[in-house]
Amino acid sequence: MKKIIALLLSAILVLVCFASCGSTEEAGNANDEAVIRIGGIGPLTGDASVYGTAAMNGAQLAVNEINAAGGINGIKVEFRAEDDVHDAEKSVNAYNILKDWGMDALVGTVTSNPCIAVKDEAANDNIFLLTPSGTAVECIDVPNAFRVCFSDPNQGVASADYIADNAIATKIAVIYNSSDAYSTGIYEKFNAQAGVKGLEIVAAESFTADTKTDFSAQIQNIKNSGAELVFLPIYCQEASLILNQAKQAGLSVKFFGCDGLDGILSIENFDTSLAEGVMLLTPFSKDAQDEATQNFVKAYRENYDEETLNQFAADGYDAVYIIKAAAEKAGITADMSASEICDALKVAMTEISVDGVTGEGITWTADGEPSKAPKAVIIKDGVYTSMD
Amino acid sequence: MNFLSFLISGVSLGGIYALIALGYTMVYGIAKMLNFAHGDVIMIGGYMAYTLCSTMGMNPMIGVIGSVAVCTLLGVTIERFAYKPLRTAAPLAVLITAIGVSYLLQNLALLIFGSAAKSFTSVVSIKGISLFDGELVVSGETLVTIVVSVVIMIALTLFVNKTKPGRAMRAVSEDKGAAQLMGVNVNATIALTFAIGSALAAVAGLLLCSSYPSLSPYTGAMPGIKAFTAAVFGGIGSIPGAMIGGILLGIIENLSKGYISTELSDAIVFSILIIILLVKPTGILGKKISEKV
Amino acid sequence: MKKNIKAVKPATKTSLITYAIVAVLFLIVIIMDATGAMSSLFRGLLVPICTYAILAVSLNLVVGILGELSLGHAGFMCVGAYASAFFSVLTEDTITNAWIRFPLALIIGGISAAIFGIIIGIPVLRLKGDYLAIVTLAFGEIIKNIVTVLYVGIDSKGLHFSAESSMALGLEPDGKNIIKGALGITGMPKDSNFYIAFAILLVTLIVAYNLVNSRSGRAIMSIRDNRIAAESIGINVTKYKLIVFALSAFFAGLAGVLYSHNLSSLTANTNNFGYNMSILILVIVVLGGIGSIRGSVISAIILTALPELLRSVKEYRMLVYAIVLIAMMIFNNSEKTKNLRSSISLKKFAEAKLKTRKGGTK
Repeated sequence: MKKIIALLLSAILVLVCFASCGSTEEAGNANDEAVIRIGGIGPLTGDASVYGTAAMNGAQLAVNEINAAGGINGIKVEFRAEDDVHDAEKSVNAYNILKDWGMDALVGTVTSNPCIAVKDEAANDNIFLLTPSGTAVECIDVPNAFRVCFSDPNQGVASADYIADNAIATKIAVIYNSSDAYSTGIYEKFNAQAGVKGLEIVAAESFTADTKTDFSAQIQNIKNSGAELVFLPIYCQEASLILNQAKQAGLSVKFFGCDGLDGILSIENFDTSLAEGVMLLTPFSKDAQDEATQNFVKAYRENYDEETLNQFAADGYDAVYIIKAAAEKAGITADMSASEICDALKVAMTEISVDGVTGEGITWTADGEPSKAPKAVIIKDGVYTSMD
Repeated sequence: MNFLSFLISGVSLGGIYALIALGYTMVYGIAKMLNFAHGDVIMIGGYMAYTLCSTMGMNPMIGVIGSVAVCTLLGVTIERFAYKPLRTAAPLAVLITAIGVSYLLQNLALLIFGSAAKSFTSVVSIKGISLFDGELVVSGETLVTIVVSVVIMIALTLFVNKTKPGRAMRAVSEDKGAAQLMGVNVNATIALTFAIGSALAAVAGLLLCSSYPSLSPYTGAMPGIKAFTAAVFGGIGSIPGAMIGGILLGIIENLSKGYISTELSDAIVFSILIIILLVKPTGILGKKISEKV
Repeated sequence: MKKNIKAVKPATKTSLITYAIVAVLFLIVIIMDATGAMSSLFRGLLVPICTYAILAVSLNLVVGILGELSLGHAGFMCVGAYASAFFSVLTEDTITNAWIRFPLALIIGGISAAIFGIIIGIPVLRLKGDYLAIVTLAFGEIIKNIVTVLYVGIDSKGLHFSAESSMALGLEPDGKNIIKGALGITGMPKDSNFYIAFAILLVTLIVAYNLVNSRSGRAIMSIRDNRIAAESIGINVTKYKLIVFALSAFFAGLAGVLYSHNLSSLTANTNNFGYNMSILILVIVVLGGIGSIRGSVISAIILTALPELLRSVKEYRMLVYAIVLIAMMIFNNSEKTKNLRSSISLKKFAEAKLKTRKGGTK
């Protein structure tokens, strides 16, 4: 009986695989239809899901807007988001599914480590890749990969420069996530640049993904170190805990963060008075007064939850518009193959200048790095206020 | 002063571990299974209190009662539908089912409450105390955690040792068949154990979220594993063992974070665990297993 | 001829059936590949399926054959993956032929994992049951924890190690930072492919079946069934336990090598080398049937493909996965369903049919 069930199941499985091939075959042929397929990959479940969900929502929103306005070069755009659970292996699976679907360009992946794995696959197949928020240097070290956000080194250096140039503090403590590539990447470059700029790092505390709730020991050590400012190159969820516990422990210093801190005010039920006076460098602020940001924020609120309206959503939104700009520049037509589109977009990317919600006049070099100015904001009376 | 500060926050964290570990150890003692979904009951408790207090704006006390009630019910329901059919199955089969339940709870929470972390409003309204000119600050949450865990441990010990249902629990954990023959309702006793364990998990969840106010569908996973470690550390199946194991684990974790390395604190905790188990193979207070030939 | 078939031992028959199933699956893959009927997803899943099958078979040696619960199997995989990836990145420029480099990487990954298996096997000898489980879990977490803070670089002066940051390595300007803490190792050559993975799976199966059907295997199973009785007839419990642990770790290490050379980014987190992965492998083993090597292979295929096939249900994917898992466990193990199943069993049905037919011809 067991044998029969086992055999039956494996037979069904093989059949299902065949069936899925059949359907993808159709999808492949359907590629001739006048449509541009944009794939998206990010964590939609698992503990990094907030980033992926936000970026994919943002991208979907942009695609809807573009279609409503007549598409790219008059061609309709289709968008499909796949989940990678913030895991490199699953991410490659998601990439393969999108490839079977007939993807012409990829918005993703959202997180760095999976992105490094996927960019190699995309380079092999010559499919254009634009990561909204993969910050690690290695994410785009192939010719067909570009990014919307700042790279880790870029942010670390910019933060140290900003603190030193504006004489905000000289004795600095850092709390970073040593199990996270984004956080360690920024910290290392910050540390190096701090030395150049004459800032003194008096305490470098860390935590890992498994110990991200209790920060009492780190805060106690910082208290002893006499730091004037705590640099937090981490995401807002942990930062909200640190701010809370710092207050409980009676630690009163300035806090400075990077784009990961953006969104701290929209953590549901967060006591925003705790974040009063926190400074951060971020390319996007949802309270910015410019028209593009306000339109985006309004449209996002109409369609999705407020709590995922963060920098990742903005990155995903911009990513689609950047592809649109490049595709229009390159004169993409519906009958081009993914590889031809990729070759055309690669060239066009270095020629365009995009005004998005994460920066104005963004340009790209052939190595894929964007050039845009970070905005320094400070949290005053519970809202982000520009510091410049 | 530093040492005292690390120690106090260690005891507070350890108290929470101990409360969770009690749930593990009681269920293990009676049903002889590792209930890996226990950590996720904590998370559900947190979300319940969050919904009642922050979303619906009720009194924190109602939040506490509501979340304890829901978790108790949840614990009994899980036992009834997922574990009871497997009473006679291999322990590993039950373990995997428990893991399935754990995935189920996490993903239910993900669908209902969303992926973004929520900031939990502390259910504790007591002010912290500041000693030695502000050099040592003990928060209200820490104080309450320590007091609540001590009270619960004493109450639980009394319950298990002095009352009739407590005696039934001990009897079932000793020998299920003999207990049944002596007129103990085994199914009811197991359900009661799950109810108590889950209620404790709810309390632990509230204390955890009050001290470290961030709530996401994965909040319970890591404390769950740590508490499981604590339960084995103290000798699984033993109630005083779980208490001691939990508190020791919290203290070791915090001291190694404070003095050695924050990155390697987990490695240090687990290394000490291994060393202790090598010296005492059944944990600190574990029963010595006599081998029948 | 017929006699010969009957003379085959039941144990050999079991293994032959497994080989046959695996061979048929292999042929299907080859045919699909040749006719171009294979989707990219399916092609991409081939190596992971082999990897998980190897992991499950190797864990089954410990859980099913030796009868000890191990919750740290991903730790061995992690050691194998990191050791071999380090080697491959290091020698990518000197050994350019992948057919020489990859076998070396496999050997290095397997052996370093086996060494860890022996190190962990030693304390294991003192412990039993859940205490053993927690020690393996602890070892797995320690390995993962150390790997995430490990920095290793190389320059003209040799290797540099650090547990702090890549700056602390103090590399010369020409140096190369290979293991970058949380960022792990990037840029491994993509040396894994389905044929190598399949070959390793076959080797794993052959070794596992030969072990089970050998004198040593019977000794190991006697330890599982009754340790004291086994000891009293002179079986060296320590030796056999260590053999199983080392062997199981060796194959987990090989799986780790396949894993790391299939992706260009290698990091250690809870989902790939931590507790969650160990649990996933255990789920495969238990679902396939504890002690059943063929079951491990089949359930590895199902459980690797299932989350991908469930993608159409979108955000309910993991929820459905959890429900399917619980339902399968209860269906397979509950007393009620066992009775139900035996009453509707196909075999009985067939036997009954056969009987009536026999009766008819008489």
